Amino acid sequence: MKAIFKKELKAYFLSPIGYIFVGVFMALCALFFLNSAIAYQIADISGMFANINVVYLFLVSILTMRLFAEERNKKTDQLLLTAPVSIPEIVLGKYFAAMAVFGLTLVVSLGFPAVLFMFGEPSFGEILGSYTGVVLLWGAFIAIGVLISALTESQMIAAVSTFGVLLLIYYMDGIVANIGTVWIAKLLDWLSLFKRYNEFQSGILNIENVVYYLSFIFIALFLTVRTIEKRRYS
Amino acid sequence: MASTTENAVIEICELTKKYGSKKAVDNISLSVKRGEVLGFLGPNGAGKSTTMNILTGYISATSGKALVDGTDVLEDPKTVKTKIGYLPENPPLYFDMTVLEYLNFVYELKKVTLSRKKHIEEIMKTVKIDGVADRMIKNLSKGYKQRVGLAQALIGNPEVLILDEPTVGLDPKQIIEIRDVIKVLGKDRTVILSTHILQEVTAVCDRVAIINHGKLIAMDSLKNLSARFGEKGMYLIRALGTKSAVKELLESIEGLKSIRYISSTEPDTVDFKIAFKDGLDLRKRIFEVFASANLPILEFKSLDLTLEEIFIKVTNDENLAQVAAKNNEKGAAEDESNI
Repeated sequence: MKAIFKKELKAYFLSPIGYIFVGVFMALCALFFLNSAIAYQIADISGMFANINVVYLFLVSILTMRLFAEERNKKTDQLLLTAPVSIPEIVLGKYFAAMAVFGLTLVVSLGFPAVLFMFGEPSFGEILGSYTGVVLLWGAFIAIGVLISALTESQMIAAVSTFGVLLLIYYMDGIVANIGTVWIAKLLDWLSLFKRYNEFQSGILNIENVVYYLSFIFIALFLTVRTIEKRRYS
Repeated sequence: MASTTENAVIEICELTKKYGSKKAVDNISLSVKRGEVLGFLGPNGAGKSTTMNILTGYISATSGKALVDGTDVLEDPKTVKTKIGYLPENPPLYFDMTVLEYLNFVYELKKVTLSRKKHIEEIMKTVKIDGVADRMIKNLSKGYKQRVGLAQALIGNPEVLILDEPTVGLDPKQIIEIRDVIKVLGKDRTVILSTHILQEVTAVCDRVAIINHGKLIAMDSLKNLSARFGEKGMYLIRALGTKSAVKELLESIEGLKSIRYISSTEPDTVDFKIAFKDGLDLRKRIFEVFASANLPILEFKSLDLTLEEIFIKVTNDENLAQVAAKNNEKGAAEDESNI
Protein backbone atom coordinates (compact mmCIF):
# COMPACT_ATOMS: atom_id res chain seq x y z
CA MET A 1 0.00 0.00 0.00
CA LYS A 2 2.81 2.38 0.92
CA ALA A 3 4.53 1.90 -2.42
CA ILE A 4 1.35 2.68 -4.34
CA PHE A 5 0.51 5.63 -2.14
CA LYS A 6 3.96 7.11 -2.70
CA LYS A 7 3.86 6.45 -6.42
CA GLU A 8 0.44 8.06 -6.85
CA LEU A 9 1.32 11.08 -4.76
CA LYS A 10 4.46 11.57 -6.82
CA ALA A 11 2.48 11.11 -10.02
CA TYR A 12 0.13 13.92 -9.03
CA PHE A 13 3.02 16.33 -8.84
CA LEU A 14 4.94 14.96 -11.82
CA SER A 15 1.95 15.73 -14.00
CA PRO A 16 0.18 19.09 -14.00
CA ILE A 17 -2.88 17.64 -12.24
CA GLY A 18 -1.55 18.16 -8.72
CA TYR A 19 -0.56 21.75 -9.37
CA ILE A 20 -3.76 22.59 -11.19
CA PHE A 21 -5.76 21.08 -8.40
CA VAL A 22 -3.98 22.89 -5.58
CA GLY A 23 -3.64 26.12 -7.53
CA VAL A 24 -7.24 26.38 -8.69
CA PHE A 25 -8.51 25.33 -5.31
CA MET A 26 -6.48 27.91 -3.40
CA ALA A 27 -7.26 30.72 -5.81
CA LEU A 28 -10.99 30.06 -5.63
CA CYS A 29 -10.90 29.62 -1.86
CA ALA A 30 -9.29 33.02 -1.58
CA LEU A 31 -11.90 34.52 -3.89
CA PHE A 32 -14.80 33.00 -1.98
CA PHE A 33 -13.23 33.96 1.32
CA LEU A 34 -12.94 37.57 0.21
CA ASN A 35 -16.40 37.50 -1.21
CA SER A 36 -18.05 36.18 1.94
CA ALA A 37 -16.17 36.67 5.19
CA ILE A 38 -14.24 39.78 4.21
CA ALA A 39 -16.88 41.48 2.07
CA TYR A 40 -19.59 41.05 4.70
CA GLN A 41 -17.25 41.48 7.65
CA ILE A 42 -18.38 38.26 9.28
CA ALA A 43 -16.18 35.80 11.16
CA ASP A 44 -17.58 32.75 9.40
CA ILE A 45 -15.97 30.44 6.87
CA SER A 46 -19.07 28.41 6.04
CA GLY A 47 -19.75 30.72 3.09
CA MET A 48 -16.36 29.93 1.62
CA PHE A 49 -16.87 26.19 1.97
CA ALA A 50 -20.39 26.33 0.59
CA ASN A 51 -19.03 27.84 -2.62
CA ILE A 52 -15.92 25.75 -2.83
CA ASN A 53 -18.01 22.59 -2.54
CA VAL A 54 -19.42 23.30 -5.98
CA VAL A 55 -15.98 23.81 -7.45
CA TYR A 56 -14.88 20.65 -5.80
CA LEU A 57 -17.41 18.61 -7.72
CA PHE A 58 -15.37 19.46 -10.77
CA LEU A 59 -11.95 19.21 -9.18
CA VAL A 60 -12.54 15.79 -7.66
CA SER A 61 -13.33 14.44 -11.11
CA ILE A 62 -9.92 15.57 -12.28
CA LEU A 63 -8.22 14.31 -9.18
CA THR A 64 -9.53 10.78 -9.44
CA MET A 65 -9.98 10.24 -13.19
CA ARG A 66 -6.58 8.74 -13.85
CA LEU A 67 -6.23 6.55 -10.77
CA PHE A 68 -7.41 3.29 -12.31
CA ALA A 69 -8.45 4.26 -15.83
CA GLU A 70 -4.89 5.13 -16.81
CA GLU A 71 -3.42 1.95 -15.36
CA ARG A 72 -5.82 -0.09 -17.41
CA ASN A 73 -5.32 1.95 -20.51
CA LYS A 74 -1.54 1.69 -20.33
CA LYS A 75 -1.74 -1.92 -19.13
CA THR A 76 0.33 -1.11 -16.07
CA ASP A 77 -2.36 -2.73 -13.97
CA GLN A 78 -0.70 -5.98 -14.96
CA LEU A 79 2.26 -5.02 -12.83
CA LEU A 80 0.13 -4.13 -9.82
CA LEU A 81 -2.14 -7.14 -10.06
CA THR A 82 0.68 -9.63 -10.48
CA ALA A 83 2.75 -8.17 -7.65
CA PRO A 84 2.35 -9.62 -4.17
CA VAL A 85 -0.10 -6.94 -3.06
CA SER A 86 -3.80 -7.41 -2.49
CA ILE A 87 -6.41 -5.44 -4.41
CA PRO A 88 -7.67 -3.65 -1.25
CA GLU A 89 -4.10 -2.46 -0.67
CA ILE A 90 -3.96 -1.07 -4.20
CA VAL A 91 -7.32 0.67 -3.85
CA LEU A 92 -6.48 2.14 -0.45
CA GLY A 93 -3.06 3.29 -1.62
CA LYS A 94 -4.65 5.22 -4.46
CA TYR A 95 -7.51 6.54 -2.36
CA PHE A 96 -5.20 7.87 0.31
CA ALA A 97 -2.95 9.46 -2.30
CA ALA A 98 -5.91 11.43 -3.66
CA MET A 99 -6.96 12.26 -0.10
CA ALA A 100 -3.43 13.46 0.63
CA VAL A 101 -3.49 15.95 -2.25
CA PHE A 102 -6.84 17.16 -1.05
CA GLY A 103 -5.55 17.22 2.56
CA LEU A 104 -2.65 19.35 1.45
CA THR A 105 -5.00 22.01 0.12
CA LEU A 106 -7.01 21.80 3.30
CA VAL A 107 -3.94 22.37 5.45
CA VAL A 108 -2.99 25.42 3.41
CA SER A 109 -6.55 26.68 3.65
CA LEU A 110 -6.20 26.84 7.43
CA GLY A 111 -4.78 30.28 6.74
CA PHE A 112 -8.31 31.57 6.15
CA PRO A 113 -9.72 30.74 9.59
CA ALA A 114 -6.42 31.96 11.03
CA VAL A 115 -7.20 35.37 9.53
CA LEU A 116 -10.63 35.25 11.13
CA PHE A 117 -9.15 34.46 14.51
CA MET A 118 -6.74 37.35 14.15
CA PHE A 119 -9.37 39.93 13.42
CA GLY A 120 -12.56 38.58 14.87
CA GLU A 121 -14.11 35.98 17.11
CA PRO A 122 -15.31 33.13 14.97
CA SER A 123 -17.00 30.12 16.53
CA PHE A 124 -14.36 27.47 17.01
CA GLY A 125 -17.02 24.77 16.99
CA GLU A 126 -18.34 25.86 13.62
CA ILE A 127 -14.91 25.96 12.06
CA LEU A 128 -13.99 22.56 13.46
CA GLY A 129 -17.37 21.27 12.29
CA SER A 130 -16.85 22.71 8.83
CA TYR A 131 -13.48 21.08 8.48
CA THR A 132 -14.68 17.72 9.80
CA GLY A 133 -17.67 17.87 7.48
CA VAL A 134 -15.55 18.84 4.50
CA VAL A 135 -13.10 16.00 5.07
CA LEU A 136 -15.91 13.47 5.32
CA LEU A 137 -17.96 14.86 2.43
CA TRP A 138 -15.01 15.11 0.08
CA GLY A 139 -13.71 11.79 1.31
CA ALA A 140 -16.98 10.36 0.04
CA PHE A 141 -16.69 12.25 -3.27
CA ILE A 142 -13.17 10.97 -3.83
CA ALA A 143 -14.32 7.43 -3.08
CA ILE A 144 -17.01 7.83 -5.77
CA GLY A 145 -14.37 9.11 -8.19
CA VAL A 146 -12.09 6.16 -7.42
CA LEU A 147 -14.94 3.74 -8.07
CA ILE A 148 -15.84 5.34 -11.39
CA SER A 149 -12.21 5.42 -12.47
CA ALA A 150 -12.06 1.67 -11.89
CA LEU A 151 -15.06 1.16 -14.16
CA THR A 152 -13.53 2.54 -17.33
CA GLU A 153 -10.33 2.62 -19.35
CA SER A 154 -10.81 6.19 -20.44
CA GLN A 155 -9.80 9.04 -18.19
CA MET A 156 -12.16 11.33 -20.04
CA ILE A 157 -15.15 9.08 -19.44
CA ALA A 158 -14.15 8.71 -15.81
CA ALA A 159 -13.94 12.48 -15.33
CA VAL A 160 -17.20 13.28 -17.07
CA SER A 161 -19.15 10.50 -15.33
CA THR A 162 -17.75 11.40 -11.95
CA PHE A 163 -18.71 15.01 -12.50
CA GLY A 164 -22.20 13.94 -13.59
CA VAL A 165 -22.74 11.72 -10.59
CA LEU A 166 -21.46 14.31 -8.15
CA LEU A 167 -23.59 16.99 -9.73
CA LEU A 168 -26.60 14.76 -9.35
CA ILE A 169 -25.76 14.27 -5.69
CA TYR A 170 -25.39 18.02 -5.33
CA TYR A 171 -28.84 18.67 -6.77
CA MET A 172 -30.38 15.72 -4.97
CA ASP A 173 -31.95 17.83 -2.23
CA GLY A 174 -33.68 19.98 -4.80
CA ILE A 175 -34.87 16.94 -6.74
CA VAL A 176 -36.15 15.22 -3.61
CA ALA A 177 -38.41 18.17 -2.87
CA ASN A 178 -40.26 17.53 -6.14
CA ILE A 179 -40.73 13.79 -5.75
CA GLY A 180 -44.33 12.92 -4.91
CA THR A 181 -43.87 9.35 -3.78
CA VAL A 182 -43.14 9.69 -0.10
CA TRP A 183 -40.97 6.65 0.45
CA ILE A 184 -38.71 7.41 -2.49
CA ALA A 185 -38.35 10.98 -1.34
CA LYS A 186 -37.56 9.80 2.17
CA LEU A 187 -35.00 7.32 0.97
CA LEU A 188 -33.22 9.81 -1.27
CA ASP A 189 -33.33 12.35 1.50
CA TRP A 190 -31.71 9.90 3.85
CA LEU A 191 -29.04 9.20 1.24
CA SER A 192 -28.31 12.87 0.63
CA LEU A 193 -24.63 13.58 1.16
CA PHE A 194 -25.04 17.33 1.33
CA LYS A 195 -27.85 17.50 3.86
CA ARG A 196 -25.73 15.86 6.50
CA TYR A 197 -22.85 18.14 5.70
CA ASN A 198 -24.98 21.15 6.66
CA GLU A 199 -25.23 19.86 10.21
CA PHE A 200 -21.46 19.82 10.51
CA GLN A 201 -21.33 23.36 9.29
CA SER A 202 -23.52 24.52 12.14
CA GLY A 203 -21.03 22.98 14.54
CA ILE A 204 -23.07 19.88 15.34
CA LEU A 205 -20.96 16.77 15.56
CA ASN A 206 -23.47 14.01 15.09
CA ILE A 207 -21.92 10.56 15.38
CA GLU A 208 -24.61 9.15 13.13
CA ASN A 209 -23.44 11.44 10.34
CA VAL A 210 -19.81 10.51 10.83
CA VAL A 211 -20.70 6.83 10.66
CA TYR A 212 -22.83 7.54 7.59
CA TYR A 213 -19.96 9.12 5.66
CA LEU A 214 -17.45 6.52 6.72
CA SER A 215 -19.82 3.74 5.65
CA PHE A 216 -20.37 5.50 2.36
CA ILE A 217 -16.62 5.67 1.75
CA PHE A 218 -16.20 2.06 2.79
CA ILE A 219 -18.92 0.85 0.43
CA ALA A 220 -17.59 2.83 -2.53
CA LEU A 221 -14.07 1.48 -2.00
CA PHE A 222 -15.40 -2.02 -1.43
CA LEU A 223 -17.23 -1.83 -4.76
CA THR A 224 -14.00 -0.64 -6.37
CA VAL A 225 -12.21 -3.73 -5.09
CA ARG A 226 -15.03 -5.93 -6.33
CA THR A 227 -15.02 -4.24 -9.74
CA ILE A 228 -11.33 -4.98 -10.19
CA GLU A 229 -11.70 -8.51 -8.87
CA LYS A 230 -14.64 -9.20 -11.12
CA ARG A 231 -12.71 -8.23 -14.20
CA ARG A 232 -10.32 -11.10 -13.56
CA TYR A 233 -13.20 -13.51 -14.01
CA SER A 234 -14.87 -12.03 -17.05
CA MET B 1 -4.17 -35.02 -14.27
CA ALA B 2 -0.57 -34.32 -15.09
CA SER B 3 1.81 -36.49 -13.20
CA THR B 4 3.32 -34.78 -10.22
CA THR B 5 7.04 -34.98 -10.34
CA GLU B 6 8.97 -33.79 -7.35
CA ASN B 7 11.02 -31.18 -9.09
CA ALA B 8 8.20 -29.63 -11.09
CA VAL B 9 8.05 -25.94 -10.26
CA ILE B 10 5.05 -25.10 -12.38
CA GLU B 11 2.12 -27.37 -12.77
CA ILE B 12 -0.93 -26.62 -14.80
CA CYS B 13 -3.79 -29.06 -14.52
CA GLU B 14 -6.70 -29.13 -16.92
CA LEU B 15 -6.75 -25.39 -17.19
CA THR B 16 -9.63 -23.84 -19.09
CA LYS B 17 -10.53 -20.21 -19.64
CA LYS B 18 -13.73 -19.27 -21.40
CA TYR B 19 -14.63 -15.89 -22.77
CA GLY B 20 -18.34 -16.27 -23.31
CA SER B 21 -18.63 -19.48 -25.28
CA LYS B 22 -15.16 -19.19 -26.77
CA LYS B 23 -12.47 -21.19 -25.09
CA ALA B 24 -9.26 -19.17 -25.02
CA VAL B 25 -7.51 -21.94 -23.12
CA ASP B 26 -8.89 -25.42 -23.51
CA ASN B 27 -7.98 -28.05 -20.97
CA ILE B 28 -4.23 -27.50 -20.89
CA SER B 29 -2.09 -29.61 -18.59
CA LEU B 30 1.65 -29.31 -18.38
CA SER B 31 4.47 -29.15 -15.92
CA VAL B 32 7.79 -27.37 -15.96
CA LYS B 33 10.84 -28.68 -14.18
CA ARG B 34 13.07 -26.58 -11.98
CA GLY B 35 15.75 -24.83 -13.97
CA GLU B 36 14.10 -25.52 -17.29
CA VAL B 37 13.50 -23.04 -20.10
CA LEU B 38 10.18 -23.84 -21.68
CA GLY B 39 9.19 -22.29 -24.96
CA PHE B 40 5.53 -21.56 -25.37
CA LEU B 41 4.94 -21.61 -29.03
CA GLY B 42 1.81 -20.81 -30.94
CA PRO B 43 0.34 -18.47 -33.52
CA ASN B 44 -1.13 -15.17 -32.38
CA GLY B 45 -4.31 -15.68 -30.44
CA ALA B 46 -3.51 -19.26 -29.55
CA GLY B 47 -3.95 -18.71 -25.82
CA LYS B 48 -0.33 -18.19 -24.80
CA SER B 49 -0.87 -14.88 -23.06
CA THR B 50 -4.08 -16.08 -21.44
CA THR B 51 -2.31 -19.06 -19.93
CA MET B 52 0.48 -16.82 -18.67
CA ASN B 53 -1.97 -14.33 -17.26
CA ILE B 54 -3.67 -17.11 -15.31
CA LEU B 55 -0.38 -18.44 -14.04
CA THR B 56 0.62 -15.03 -12.75
CA GLY B 57 -2.74 -14.39 -11.13
CA TYR B 58 -3.71 -11.51 -13.39
CA ILE B 59 -6.86 -13.25 -14.52
CA SER B 60 -8.49 -16.34 -13.16
CA ALA B 61 -9.27 -19.59 -14.88
CA THR B 62 -12.77 -20.86 -15.57
CA SER B 63 -11.71 -24.26 -14.34
CA GLY B 64 -8.56 -26.17 -13.60
CA LYS B 65 -5.60 -25.47 -11.40
CA ALA B 66 -2.27 -23.73 -11.67
CA LEU B 67 0.40 -24.45 -9.10
CA VAL B 68 3.71 -22.71 -8.62
CA ASP B 69 6.10 -24.53 -6.35
CA GLY B 70 3.17 -26.49 -4.96
CA THR B 71 1.07 -23.44 -4.14
CA ASP B 72 -2.24 -22.85 -5.87
CA VAL B 73 -2.38 -19.48 -7.62
CA LEU B 74 -6.00 -18.97 -6.57
CA GLU B 75 -5.66 -20.13 -2.98
CA ASP B 76 -2.56 -18.20 -2.01
CA PRO B 77 -1.90 -15.58 -4.69
CA LYS B 78 0.49 -13.53 -2.57
CA THR B 79 2.92 -16.40 -2.04
CA VAL B 80 2.78 -17.36 -5.69
CA LYS B 81 3.30 -13.80 -6.84
CA THR B 82 6.49 -13.42 -4.81
CA LYS B 83 7.89 -16.41 -6.66
CA ILE B 84 7.11 -15.16 -10.13
CA GLY B 85 8.63 -12.41 -12.18
CA TYR B 86 6.34 -11.51 -15.05
CA LEU B 87 7.02 -9.58 -18.20
CA PRO B 88 3.67 -9.14 -19.94
CA GLU B 89 3.35 -8.62 -23.67
CA ASN B 90 3.26 -4.85 -23.16
CA PRO B 91 5.88 -4.06 -20.55
CA PRO B 92 3.97 -2.35 -17.70
CA LEU B 93 6.07 0.79 -17.54
CA TYR B 94 5.28 4.19 -16.10
CA PHE B 95 6.57 6.53 -18.75
CA ASP B 96 6.87 9.52 -16.46
CA MET B 97 9.39 7.83 -14.22
CA THR B 98 13.10 7.40 -14.69
CA VAL B 99 14.39 3.86 -14.94
CA LEU B 100 15.74 4.03 -11.41
CA GLU B 101 12.54 5.49 -9.98
CA TYR B 102 10.55 2.79 -11.67
CA LEU B 103 12.72 -0.04 -10.40
CA ASN B 104 12.62 1.45 -6.93
CA PHE B 105 8.84 1.54 -7.10
CA VAL B 106 8.69 -2.10 -8.19
CA TYR B 107 11.11 -2.96 -5.40
CA GLU B 108 8.77 -1.40 -2.86
CA LEU B 109 5.67 -2.81 -4.51
CA LYS B 110 7.02 -6.33 -4.33
CA LYS B 111 8.11 -5.76 -0.72
CA VAL B 112 11.57 -7.06 -1.46
CA THR B 113 13.89 -7.37 1.52
CA LEU B 114 17.21 -7.72 -0.31
CA SER B 115 19.65 -4.85 -0.03
CA ARG B 116 17.95 -2.30 -2.28
CA LYS B 117 20.82 -0.47 -3.91
CA LYS B 118 22.89 -3.55 -4.57
CA HIS B 119 19.98 -5.57 -5.85
CA ILE B 120 18.77 -2.93 -8.29
CA GLU B 121 22.29 -2.25 -9.51
CA GLU B 122 22.90 -5.93 -10.14
CA ILE B 123 19.73 -6.25 -12.15
CA MET B 124 20.49 -3.16 -14.21
CA LYS B 125 23.88 -4.65 -15.02
CA THR B 126 22.40 -8.01 -15.97
CA VAL B 127 20.01 -6.51 -18.49
CA LYS B 128 22.46 -3.77 -19.44
CA ILE B 129 20.43 -0.72 -18.58
CA ASP B 130 22.83 0.77 -16.04
CA GLY B 131 23.72 3.41 -18.61
CA VAL B 132 20.18 4.76 -18.79
CA ALA B 133 19.30 4.63 -15.08
CA ASP B 134 18.42 8.30 -14.89
CA ARG B 135 16.63 8.59 -18.21
CA MET B 136 12.88 8.96 -18.40
CA ILE B 137 11.32 5.72 -19.55
CA LYS B 138 9.26 7.47 -22.23
CA ASN B 139 12.47 8.64 -23.92
CA LEU B 140 13.95 5.16 -24.22
CA SER B 141 14.00 3.10 -27.39
CA LYS B 142 11.76 0.09 -27.66
CA GLY B 143 14.64 -2.28 -26.98
CA TYR B 144 15.54 -0.47 -23.80
CA LYS B 145 11.93 -0.33 -22.69
CA GLN B 146 11.75 -4.07 -23.12
CA ARG B 147 14.84 -4.46 -21.00
CA VAL B 148 13.44 -2.25 -18.29
CA GLY B 149 10.39 -4.51 -18.36
CA LEU B 150 12.66 -7.49 -17.99
CA ALA B 151 14.50 -5.79 -15.12
CA GLN B 152 11.16 -5.26 -13.42
CA ALA B 153 10.43 -8.98 -13.64
CA LEU B 154 13.79 -9.75 -12.05
CA ILE B 155 13.26 -7.63 -8.97
CA GLY B 156 13.02 -9.75 -5.87
CA ASN B 157 14.98 -12.56 -7.50
CA PRO B 158 11.97 -14.72 -8.36
CA GLU B 159 12.58 -18.40 -9.01
CA VAL B 160 10.24 -18.40 -11.95
CA LEU B 161 10.32 -16.00 -14.86
CA ILE B 162 7.37 -15.71 -17.19
CA LEU B 163 8.14 -13.75 -20.30
CA ASP B 164 5.42 -13.03 -22.80
CA GLU B 165 6.94 -12.42 -26.22
CA PRO B 166 10.01 -10.69 -24.85
CA THR B 167 11.51 -9.93 -28.25
CA VAL B 168 8.45 -8.77 -30.15
CA GLY B 169 8.96 -5.53 -32.06
CA LEU B 170 12.70 -5.39 -31.56
CA ASP B 171 15.30 -5.11 -34.28
CA PRO B 172 17.47 -8.15 -35.02
CA LYS B 173 20.40 -6.91 -32.96
CA GLN B 174 18.19 -6.20 -29.96
CA ILE B 175 16.53 -9.59 -30.33
CA ILE B 176 19.88 -11.32 -30.09
CA GLU B 177 20.83 -9.23 -27.08
CA ILE B 178 17.61 -9.97 -25.22
CA ARG B 179 17.94 -13.65 -26.03
CA ASP B 180 21.45 -13.67 -24.63
CA VAL B 181 20.13 -12.11 -21.44
CA ILE B 182 17.40 -14.74 -21.24
CA LYS B 183 19.94 -17.51 -21.77
CA VAL B 184 21.97 -16.17 -18.86
CA LEU B 185 18.87 -15.88 -16.70
CA GLY B 186 17.73 -19.38 -17.60
CA LYS B 187 20.86 -20.87 -16.09
CA ASP B 188 19.63 -20.64 -12.53
CA ARG B 189 15.93 -20.02 -12.96
CA THR B 190 12.87 -21.63 -14.38
CA VAL B 191 11.71 -19.70 -17.40
CA ILE B 192 8.55 -19.85 -19.47
CA LEU B 193 8.90 -17.89 -22.62
CA SER B 194 6.16 -17.37 -25.14
CA THR B 195 6.85 -16.54 -28.70
CA HIS B 196 5.70 -17.03 -32.20
CA ILE B 197 9.22 -16.75 -33.51
CA LEU B 198 10.60 -20.20 -33.98
CA GLN B 199 14.28 -19.42 -33.97
CA GLU B 200 13.81 -18.07 -30.51
CA VAL B 201 12.76 -21.44 -29.23
CA THR B 202 15.62 -23.10 -31.04
CA ALA B 203 18.00 -20.56 -29.58
CA VAL B 204 17.05 -20.58 -25.92
CA CYS B 205 14.60 -23.30 -24.94
CA ASP B 206 15.09 -26.76 -23.51
CA ARG B 207 11.57 -27.87 -24.26
CA VAL B 208 8.72 -26.63 -26.41
CA ALA B 209 5.01 -26.57 -25.78
CA ILE B 210 3.05 -25.89 -28.92
CA ILE B 211 -0.42 -24.55 -28.41
CA ASN B 212 -3.05 -23.69 -30.95
CA HIS B 213 -6.70 -22.70 -30.53
CA GLY B 214 -6.23 -22.92 -26.78
CA LYS B 215 -5.13 -26.54 -26.87
CA LEU B 216 -1.78 -28.00 -26.01
CA ILE B 217 -0.91 -30.03 -29.04
CA ALA B 218 2.66 -31.04 -28.46
CA MET B 219 5.16 -30.76 -25.68
CA ASP B 220 8.63 -32.19 -25.90
CA SER B 221 12.25 -31.36 -26.50
CA LEU B 222 13.03 -30.05 -29.95
CA LYS B 223 14.95 -33.19 -30.74
CA ASN B 224 12.06 -35.48 -29.89
CA LEU B 225 9.55 -33.28 -31.65
CA SER B 226 11.38 -33.35 -34.93
CA ALA B 227 11.84 -37.10 -34.55
CA ARG B 228 8.14 -37.49 -33.92
CA PHE B 229 6.84 -35.32 -36.68
CA GLY B 230 9.70 -35.55 -39.08
CA GLU B 231 10.11 -38.15 -41.79
CA LYS B 232 13.25 -40.11 -41.35
CA GLY B 233 15.66 -41.02 -44.07
CA MET B 234 14.44 -38.36 -46.49
CA TYR B 235 17.05 -36.59 -48.57
CA LEU B 236 17.14 -33.98 -51.22
CA ILE B 237 19.66 -34.55 -53.94
CA ARG B 238 20.66 -32.07 -56.63
CA ALA B 239 22.71 -33.40 -59.47
CA LEU B 240 24.11 -32.00 -62.67
CA GLY B 241 22.41 -33.90 -65.47
CA THR B 242 19.16 -34.58 -67.19
CA LYS B 243 16.05 -35.69 -65.43
CA SER B 244 15.91 -39.07 -67.12
CA ALA B 245 19.59 -39.84 -66.57
CA VAL B 246 19.47 -39.07 -62.89
CA LYS B 247 16.24 -40.94 -62.45
CA GLU B 248 17.60 -43.98 -64.16
CA LEU B 249 20.68 -43.92 -62.03
CA LEU B 250 18.71 -43.60 -58.82
CA GLU B 251 16.45 -46.44 -59.81
CA SER B 252 19.48 -48.63 -60.25
CA ILE B 253 20.39 -48.22 -56.58
CA GLU B 254 18.89 -50.82 -54.33
CA GLY B 255 17.41 -49.87 -50.99
CA LEU B 256 15.58 -46.72 -51.97
CA LYS B 257 12.03 -46.56 -50.81
CA SER B 258 10.94 -43.69 -52.97
CA ILE B 259 12.30 -41.48 -55.70
CA ARG B 260 10.49 -38.34 -56.61
CA TYR B 261 11.41 -35.60 -59.02
CA ILE B 262 10.97 -32.17 -57.46
CA SER B 263 12.11 -29.49 -59.82
CA SER B 264 14.98 -27.98 -61.65
CA THR B 265 16.01 -24.78 -59.93
CA GLU B 266 19.54 -24.32 -61.18
CA PRO B 267 20.22 -24.57 -64.90
CA ASP B 268 21.17 -28.06 -66.10
CA THR B 269 20.44 -29.60 -62.70
CA VAL B 270 17.60 -31.65 -61.32
CA ASP B 271 16.34 -32.06 -57.77
CA PHE B 272 15.10 -35.38 -56.50
CA LYS B 273 13.63 -36.31 -53.17
CA ILE B 274 14.61 -39.78 -52.11
CA ALA B 275 13.91 -41.95 -49.11
CA PHE B 276 15.96 -44.85 -47.83
CA LYS B 277 14.38 -48.04 -46.70
CA ASP B 278 14.22 -48.38 -42.92
CA GLY B 279 17.56 -48.67 -41.25
CA LEU B 280 19.62 -48.12 -44.37
CA ASP B 281 22.18 -45.42 -44.93
CA LEU B 282 23.02 -45.24 -48.61
CA ARG B 283 24.75 -41.91 -48.73
CA LYS B 284 28.18 -43.33 -49.48
CA ARG B 285 26.79 -45.66 -52.12
CA ILE B 286 24.91 -42.88 -53.84
CA PHE B 287 28.02 -40.75 -53.93
CA GLU B 288 30.00 -43.53 -55.57
CA VAL B 289 27.33 -44.38 -58.11
CA PHE B 290 26.91 -40.78 -59.15
CA ALA B 291 30.64 -40.22 -59.31
CA SER B 292 31.26 -43.21 -61.52
CA ALA B 293 28.38 -42.21 -63.80
CA ASN B 294 29.93 -38.76 -64.02
CA LEU B 295 26.81 -37.02 -62.71
CA PRO B 296 28.21 -34.59 -60.11
CA ILE B 297 26.15 -34.18 -56.98
CA LEU B 298 25.93 -30.48 -56.22
CA GLU B 299 23.77 -30.75 -53.15
CA PHE B 300 22.83 -33.60 -50.89
CA LYS B 301 20.94 -32.81 -47.72
CA SER B 302 18.81 -34.43 -45.11
CA LEU B 303 15.18 -33.31 -45.03
CA ASP B 304 14.69 -33.37 -41.29
CA LEU B 305 11.98 -31.03 -40.28
CA THR B 306 12.95 -27.71 -38.84
CA LEU B 307 10.90 -26.41 -35.98
CA GLU B 308 9.16 -24.22 -38.49
CA GLU B 309 7.96 -27.19 -40.46
CA ILE B 310 6.96 -29.09 -37.36
CA PHE B 311 5.04 -26.09 -36.20
CA ILE B 312 3.17 -25.64 -39.43
CA LYS B 313 2.48 -29.33 -39.63
CA VAL B 314 1.26 -29.53 -36.09
CA THR B 315 -0.85 -26.39 -36.10
CA ASN B 316 -2.39 -27.16 -39.44
CA ASP B 317 -3.46 -30.62 -38.60
CA GLU B 318 -7.09 -30.84 -37.68
CA ASN B 319 -6.87 -34.32 -36.30
CA LEU B 320 -3.79 -34.73 -34.24
CA ALA B 321 -4.72 -38.10 -32.97
CA GLN B 322 -4.26 -39.27 -36.51
CA VAL B 323 -0.86 -37.70 -36.82
CA ALA B 324 0.27 -39.22 -33.59
CA ALA B 325 -1.03 -42.61 -34.63
CA LYS B 326 0.65 -42.35 -38.00
CA ASN B 327 3.92 -41.42 -36.41
CA ASN B 328 3.72 -44.20 -33.90
CA GLU B 329 3.24 -46.65 -36.72
CA LYS B 330 6.39 -45.44 -38.30
CA GLY B 331 8.12 -45.81 -34.98
CA ALA B 332 9.74 -42.51 -35.64
CA ALA B 333 9.91 -41.56 -32.01
CA GLU B 334 12.62 -44.08 -31.33
CA ASP B 335 14.81 -42.87 -34.07
CA GLU B 336 16.98 -39.88 -33.38
CA SER B 337 19.56 -40.40 -36.06
CA ASN B 338 18.00 -37.82 -38.33
CA ILE B 339 18.42 -34.87 -36.00
